[in-house]
Amino acid sequence: MADVLRVCAFYPDLMNIYADRGNLQLLQRRAQWRGLGFELSGVGLGDELDPDAHDLLYIGGGQDRDQALCAEDMATNKRAALHHAAEDGKVIFAVCGGYQLLGHAYELDGTKLPGVGLVDLETVREDGPRLIGNVAIELELDGTRHVLAGFENHGGRTRLGAHTRPLGRVLKGHGNDGRSGFEGVRGGPRDTVVGTYLHGPLLPKNAWFADWLTATALHRAVSELKPLDDRLEDAAHAAARRAAGI
Amino acid sequence: MIRLAAGVAAAKAVGTLARTAGRGGGTSLPGKVLTRVEPDAIRHLSARLTRGSVVISATNGKTTTAAMVASILERTGAHLVHNRAGANMAGGIASTLAGAARNGGRRLTGDFGLFEVDEFWLGQVAEQVEPRAMLLGNLFRDQLDRYGELETIADRWAAIVRNRAGLVLNADDPLVADLGRNAPEPVYFGVDDDRLALPELQHASDSKHCRRCGHAYTYSAVYLAHLGHYKCPNCGQERPTPTVVATNVQLNGIRNAAFDLDGRRVELPLPGLYNVYNALGAAALTLKLGVGLDDVIAGLQAVAPAFGRAETLDLGRPTSLLLVKNPAGANEVLRTLALEGTELDLLGVLNDRVADGRDVSWVWDADWELLVGSVRSFTASGTRAAELALRMKYAGLDPTKITVIDNLEHGLDHALRSGDGPLYVIPTYTALLELRELLTRRGQAEAYWR
Repeated sequence: MADVLRVCAFYPDLMNIYADRGNLQLLQRRAQWRGLGFELSGVGLGDELDPDAHDLLYIGGGQDRDQALCAEDMATNKRAALHHAAEDGKVIFAVCGGYQLLGHAYELDGTKLPGVGLVDLETVREDGPRLIGNVAIELELDGTRHVLAGFENHGGRTRLGAHTRPLGRVLKGHGNDGRSGFEGVRGGPRDTVVGTYLHGPLLPKNAWFADWLTATALHRAVSELKPLDDRLEDAAHAAARRAAGI
Repeated sequence: MIRLAAGVAAAKAVGTLARTAGRGGGTSLPGKVLTRVEPDAIRHLSARLTRGSVVISATNGKTTTAAMVASILERTGAHLVHNRAGANMAGGIASTLAGAARNGGRRLTGDFGLFEVDEFWLGQVAEQVEPRAMLLGNLFRDQLDRYGELETIADRWAAIVRNRAGLVLNADDPLVADLGRNAPEPVYFGVDDDRLALPELQHASDSKHCRRCGHAYTYSAVYLAHLGHYKCPNCGQERPTPTVVATNVQLNGIRNAAFDLDGRRVELPLPGLYNVYNALGAAALTLKLGVGLDDVIAGLQAVAPAFGRAETLDLGRPTSLLLVKNPAGANEVLRTLALEGTELDLLGVLNDRVADGRDVSWVWDADWELLVGSVRSFTASGTRAAELALRMKYAGLDPTKITVIDNLEHGLDHALRSGDGPLYVIPTYTALLELRELLTRRGQAEAYWR
């Protein structure tokens, strides 16, 4: 097994609004407890992204104003490297504001933020209320059914292209647009691009998913990861599911 | 005026019922009844305050700052109409006014209005109350599911205060200080003490970019979250020079703090730099109202902790309650607790009810790492106890020191048995209310409703 999980956080000082740090902390601690190495780096505005230097790229959420700055920068300076990374099977994991930038564009208040076009989707800010609340979705990974539980808070409505696969099916909550019954996206040339509105933050409430991301980023099966004592993680997952009402 | 009298009578009846039924807390129900009957009740009643009103808003410290202002103003003979229990939306303020109304609202029991106001309700309340002065303390990331993004609140506030006289603003908070841009003669307060400066901006800092041009600020000192001495290297916007200044600040754990104000020493019976900021705001506001420095200092030194804000009770062992509700506030509590010693017993209570914010993600933005080296035992309780326990585990606390007991009463009893010496309780807002109700039921705390 590769010794080191190399994670790159996009715009860590701007795109961190919903405790994105918690997601990174899960990846880091769990790698360390397993005796894997862990390297965390960040890329900021204007920085160049080296697609070969990382196993997992993390894009969090930000305030509207910061998200707009990052959207322009990502489309201008990082688009090609992101596509290169996706083709190499790197995991690209985007949450909320980051998720909205994975597709073609995010239209809000008469302006259009460019996306990076990794997956076929589009996001539009509608006049309706923000979609806020506890949420649980059901998904199938490697033939097994799982539940992800978290919290969503987004004004944008995301619509997937006809041949684009969601990450999961909404059990409770709003999901991509409050109507389709779908949540998130999973796609890209090697199926390693994952976007979701679930934060709260997501990985502490779903440690099993942190492990799936880790294993996928290292091109391993989850079963190859050393088991950890997850009693507190399981309790937090159960509490998040209860909060969502399942 | 008939509607007003009818509304006041109805509100009083509801208030009496609620009290008789033993429902504590700063209830907003009578005020809701009042404004249902007379939508302009706050305007009509506050107009009867012969010495006018002041309003106080901030993300953190509203209740404590208002308590400080009350302690100062009461020394000058003011008879306050004050939403002391902290119900700070329109309903709570209407309740307070209804409670003070006599003779169908033709007269009030007080002459001076002192209102802490929820950030989101500031515009509506200010429009009705027409305050003489407005103290704006800070803006931090708070319950995003309720309040939305920080910049949105800052924009709302900017629209409310445009050209307004009587502003008292925190110079060290760039979001707040910039509100004085177009206002006539705003008063600024701030801290000048390099020994307090943190090595870098804390993780939860939100306002890192210039309000005017969007460029990142540079800080010559960071005191607390994004509060400090800042300047925009691009457009030149910088911290205004405050006239009410704390220097030579000394922080003594959760017990107290002291600082120099205008050459005089202030011994504040409340802990932490956050309370120094609250005290500065209260001083700046009351000095602006014409209160003398002697009364200001005496009032600050006499203030008692507001409900659950570093309040210590005897529960067999001395038990201190320290409310936490968002990353910036939590960081200050954690920083203050870390001064308390290295063998701390803690009870953390994380609830996710509406008033706490349904979204508990904020606990991951607070720096619990500050405490890890100082904890002997950590009991996690509340509706999201497991999430808080997990946060401590990932902060680096040995899981064998962590116990999860969802039920608050059982959690409290477990924590009380966990050792001797002081116990520190860190509850979220509704957890604090539950705790207080529990202790009142057991005869261990006075009812706080007044």
